[in-house]
Amino acid sequence: MAFGRFSRTGAMHAVSPVEPLTLKILVAGGFGVGKTTLVSAVSEIRPLRTEERLSEPGVGVDDTGGVEGKSTTTVAMDFGRITLREDLVLYLFGTPGQDRFWFLWDELAQGSLGAVVLADTRRLADCFAAIDYFERRAIPFVVAVNCFDGADRHPVVTVRTALDLDPGVPVLLCDARDRESVKDVLVGVVEHAMSLARERRRSLSAGA
Amino acid sequence: MSDPGQDHLADTPTGMPLDPSAPDHAHWFDDDAGPVVRPYAMTRGRTSHAGQHRLDLIALVVAEPAADDPVWDMTLSPEHAHILGLCRERPQSVAELAADLDLAVGVVRVLIGDLVDEELVHVTRPVPPAELPDESILREVIDGLRAL
Repeated sequence: MAFGRFSRTGAMHAVSPVEPLTLKILVAGGFGVGKTTLVSAVSEIRPLRTEERLSEPGVGVDDTGGVEGKSTTTVAMDFGRITLREDLVLYLFGTPGQDRFWFLWDELAQGSLGAVVLADTRRLADCFAAIDYFERRAIPFVVAVNCFDGADRHPVVTVRTALDLDPGVPVLLCDARDRESVKDVLVGVVEHAMSLARERRRSLSAGA
Repeated sequence: MSDPGQDHLADTPTGMPLDPSAPDHAHWFDDDAGPVVRPYAMTRGRTSHAGQHRLDLIALVVAEPAADDPVWDMTLSPEHAHILGLCRERPQSVAELAADLDLAVGVVRVLIGDLVDEELVHVTRPVPPAELPDESILREVIDGLRAL
């Protein structure tokens, strides 16, 4: 990319010609559904892992069977980066799988373009929590059914009914390992976000 | 909540009798015992930074021209210098810095706040929460993704 290395001794120079605009899309879904795989398929860096150490918030609502004495937990969030243009960078964040880290989701969800809920038809129930979360906060999301080898190919309608989705929510079939397929899913998220924003504007101006 | 018959035991923090032989208090060795340096030792115990809004994970930390002075490499703590070094190469998101330094996001936020105070870096604010970027930007994202 065009970020030059700047001479550190040069008398005068700009620090950086561009300060890119950063955007983020969340990748949610049950444990082991392929969130990290999806991020790796499109990220220009190997998925990085950032950690937040938590102390009290989780206690009391946690199912911490066996570790009751431990008062701090580490939550890892995997993320990847896609430089779309020199001045436009998209980050993908895999949300922490456990339900008890909702407050971290809140932080991740703030200012996000939208979300992918990755689903595995063998364990559809695993993504209920994520769907609920995004519905309640009116965050645009698409459901991407990861077509694992050996998993039945359920038609999109069946998945939609099983998840009781709002008719407007796109359901896509994808292969989380395949770059082209993941690109389509991400384009789907942005398109959906765009049409929701348009609808919202329209209803606002109609109501006024 | 607690069984009335057990009231006399309910004054320990967990509401459980402190029994050193209980399996909950089993010994922690090595990694189980936690890091040798507690995470917030590097921030001298500070968990937030005064006068600083909470930095978003995708907020970019951009080096100021003043950061180019090699003197900083010698006067800053290794962690501060590490952050500054990375930002001099190119603007870095808070999340990337945390991953690169292998430190908790909360710790990195405090360290970045120090560098902001020293006027060695500034932080860009991402799109304000609850607001979608312009439709033209969304189109550019779509085009950019398709062109990957």
